[in-house]
Amino acid sequence: MPTTDHTLDQILDLAATHFKVPREKLTPDDDFFKTLGIDSLQALDLLTRIEHHFAIELPDYELQGVSDFRTLANRIQARL
Amino acid sequence: MNNFKGQTLSWQIVNGAIELALHRDPCNEIGSLTLDELEKFAAALPGLANEAHALIVHSTLKAGFSAGADLRELFQRGQEMEKGAALRGVREFLERIHSVMNALDAAPLTTIAAVHGVTFGGGFELALVCDIIIADRMARFCFPELRLGLIPGFGGIPRLKRDLGNAVVRDLLLTGRSFNVMKAQQIGLVSQIAAEGEALRVARATASQVGKFDRRTAAAAKEFVKPIPYEELKREIDIFCDLYSRPAVEEGLRKFVENEGVQPYLP
Repeated sequence: MPTTDHTLDQILDLAATHFKVPREKLTPDDDFFKTLGIDSLQALDLLTRIEHHFAIELPDYELQGVSDFRTLANRIQARL
Repeated sequence: MNNFKGQTLSWQIVNGAIELALHRDPCNEIGSLTLDELEKFAAALPGLANEAHALIVHSTLKAGFSAGADLRELFQRGQEMEKGAALRGVREFLERIHSVMNALDAAPLTTIAAVHGVTFGGGFELALVCDIIIADRMARFCFPELRLGLIPGFGGIPRLKRDLGNAVVRDLLLTGRSFNVMKAQQIGLVSQIAAEGEALRVARATASQVGKFDRRTAAAAKEFVKPIPYEELKREIDIFCDLYSRPAVEEGLRKFVENEGVQPYLP
């Protein structure tokens, strides 16, 4: 199983690529709504891409109140 | 009326298939204007069905197929009217949209929903009336109604029960969670997955294929395998109206409508 750091790296890569943000500008504790400039619909899009990438299901109720990449990585890690 | 261009939707016949396109910003919320135009379509459908062998329902908006019922309108109307009148209005709206959904469900041609992005609530219910759901890889489905103190009101539960196992229906309904296209295919909801942006193209190819077969036979096969659960559909309206009258629903709708945060209000 990948480590949490590895999972976190993959999320940051995925977010940077899809939302066209320089990868070096993203850090684990960033608020991804602010850093990526996304709304709730785009956050759902990101969730779907993450689920496809990691081949997991991540119910959206587990993401209530989650807005930073590190916590998101922990939620994903629990489903791997 | 073989062609129509309305404020919320349009239709035309392309290569023997009726293409019903939804295009009300921001994400095809279904309110009274959309209902008016859906009723126009349902009225035109018998004539259109003489000219076509299939119907494709799709959205031209980037955000998705449909975010469902127009909750802002539902909340606003509830504020403007006294409780009894508001409830009568809700029941009338539901009865009208059920008539449209039932007409689409029973249409004597093969119906295909080509969905992408957000396919939630009433939008999900619109897809469920179709014979075949073809989903873009980025489509996402959800019945969020319980989060607002309601149940799906456009025929969703009886049709989901018709098509899926009851245990899955309970999970989707009682958690109100959204799920992706892989899950949707795994549970038998979606039969074909298209690459991003390709759902309409795949739907057109499917419509072309079903057009090769004898129409009378296709209609008989459809009628045989896809019964319409009329009694449960009526009961759904009663349950919805019973729940709608409670203060908890008004409060849930208010929080949803007045929320200005990046994340929507969803408990």
